[in-house]
Amino acid sequence: MLEIKDLTVEVEGKEIIRDLSLNIEEGEVHVLFGPNGCGKTTLLMTLLGFPNYKVTRGCITFKGVDIINLPTNERVKLGMGMSFQHPPEIRGVKLGDMVNIAQGRKEDEIDEDVIALAKRLNISVDFLNRDVNLGFSGGEVKRSEILQLLAQAPDFIMFDEPDSGVDVENIELIGRIMSELMDRNKRPSKREKSGLIITHSGSIMRHIKADRAHVMLGGRIACSGMPDEVTRNVMETGFERCVELCVRSNEVGAE
Amino acid sequence: MTNNETLERAERAKTKKAALGEDIAIEEYITGEEHQSLNSLDDFPAEYQQDLLDAGIEPTEKDRSGSFLQRDCSVVFSTVKYPGLELMSTTDALKEHDWLKEYLWKVVPVNQDKYTAEVELGQTQGYFIRSEAGKKVTMPVQSCLFISSDKIGQKVHNIIIAEENSELHIITGCSVSHAVNSALHLGVSEFYVKKGAKITFTMIHNWSRGMEVRPRSAVVIEDDGAFISNYILMTPVKSLQMYPTAYCVGKNARATFQTIIYAQGDTKIDSGSRAVLRGEGSRSEIISRVIATDNAQVIARGDVIGEGANARGHIECRGLMLSDTAEIDSIPELKAARKDLDLSHEAAIGKVAEEEIQYLMARGLSEEEATSVIIRGFLNVDITGLPDALARETKKMFDMSLEKVM
Repeated sequence: MLEIKDLTVEVEGKEIIRDLSLNIEEGEVHVLFGPNGCGKTTLLMTLLGFPNYKVTRGCITFKGVDIINLPTNERVKLGMGMSFQHPPEIRGVKLGDMVNIAQGRKEDEIDEDVIALAKRLNISVDFLNRDVNLGFSGGEVKRSEILQLLAQAPDFIMFDEPDSGVDVENIELIGRIMSELMDRNKRPSKREKSGLIITHSGSIMRHIKADRAHVMLGGRIACSGMPDEVTRNVMETGFERCVELCVRSNEVGAE
Repeated sequence: MTNNETLERAERAKTKKAALGEDIAIEEYITGEEHQSLNSLDDFPAEYQQDLLDAGIEPTEKDRSGSFLQRDCSVVFSTVKYPGLELMSTTDALKEHDWLKEYLWKVVPVNQDKYTAEVELGQTQGYFIRSEAGKKVTMPVQSCLFISSDKIGQKVHNIIIAEENSELHIITGCSVSHAVNSALHLGVSEFYVKKGAKITFTMIHNWSRGMEVRPRSAVVIEDDGAFISNYILMTPVKSLQMYPTAYCVGKNARATFQTIIYAQGDTKIDSGSRAVLRGEGSRSEIISRVIATDNAQVIARGDVIGEGANARGHIECRGLMLSDTAEIDSIPELKAARKDLDLSHEAAIGKVAEEEIQYLMARGLSEEEATSVIIRGFLNVDITGLPDALARETKKMFDMSLEKVM
């Protein structure tokens, strides 16, 4: 599905990601841990093709297509989607309008289809009629993002901190819909959707089964492993120690 | 005031320049030829039908309680379909109602400037609309002031009265034929909202590059009365200056002004709304959305004057700049004359944010589509206080005019 090779990315002349490689196959969900500022969000924005993120080396192939020079909307057409951590407020554009846009409809009305979709995330009609992200709470932003993704139904979804600022009740709901969006409820051989989740708290991982976990430090992937193990190490010992453990176990394994 | 006194005042103000806006040489404009009356709006020349539609006028008169059409300086159509509603030219109304002269120049001073003086001295029609006490005319009245010939100076005096506990909804379009290179529109409108009455006034200006426009409007709102103005201008205009004023004199009187302006080309606009809150507990809301592109220059004003106990007023001016050669000046003003008041304003001018475009592109829109969604959203003010059907229709008219400019 997605192949990243030796990727180096600059933001405003500063190198944020260096020589990063990552493969995500069809039907796979990967989780990426890392402290604030390690380059996680930069990686997602680069994959989505935002103009401030300059690829200076390496390549990104999505569904066999070299996407480095494609604008964001072309990448979205190929099947990419993103749940933003801090989406912008757009005055006069309602959440319901965003759902229509994500569905690729020219529709102006917030109709039954949209309302039915919203209901699955406990989103009311009143909420659909609010200007998108304007005065939304942390948890409301997440549900709004996931609703838009439900409408968009991408093949590969990136989640930027889907668990930050979400209360216990909603995190389970969000985890459930995320699982569904990424075919987690299907048998492994039937899974067609893929995902990349970035989190620094890891709390969403109690509700989603991932296939592979990585820890990112200083703009590169410092270690990779099984999600349960990496999650546990990160939670119990912190990022740096987790990487040390991970490197040591790899060395032991290599002997 | 006697007729003579009024005339004298007008004479003395004949050369009095307006406080705002560039000075117009009104003597260059003419009255033009007389136009024949029409049997129906459908009979209006086909070449102008689109111009009527663009100004929100429904030629079939479907869902309208009355229609009024003035072409240049002649009233060519006026009809009423609803009992309790009066609609006719101001000239006819003055013949019919002796009491009406008391309403002339009562809220707009005849000597305000040379434009008001000119309307008194060289008046060319205008409309009179009145709802009888207790009558709720929920279906809108439509009126259109249309200019079809070059060099016309249209100088109208409109009087609108909602008697006690009545309701009046007006769609008014000012439009000009695409063939007109240069013309003048002077419009004095005096509104009277009596106790417990309500007027909504949705005005679409569909001008063209050569038009000079000086509306002079004021409203008096009595106890528990409400006045809602929605103003939409999406086409270019040479020069427009206006500062409609609502005098909330009654207890709990309410005034709302919503203004949507898309200024393009070499358009020069100085547009404001003012509320004078005299009545106890009176309220006002002034909302404006201005987009400036090309070389357009817009001054967006708002002014709330709080004089009555527990009065509340708010101004919200937002501007969006689409060009480096355009200009928006946003000038909100508040004046408080006692302590138990609540007056506030917010003003902001910005650009189409890159971040918003990217967000929409991440949902599949092209850069161009995303920009258009943001602009549409910016101008999208939820019009409050209109009956549902009228709100839908206003939205449709707004969408139509937006499509033309985008």
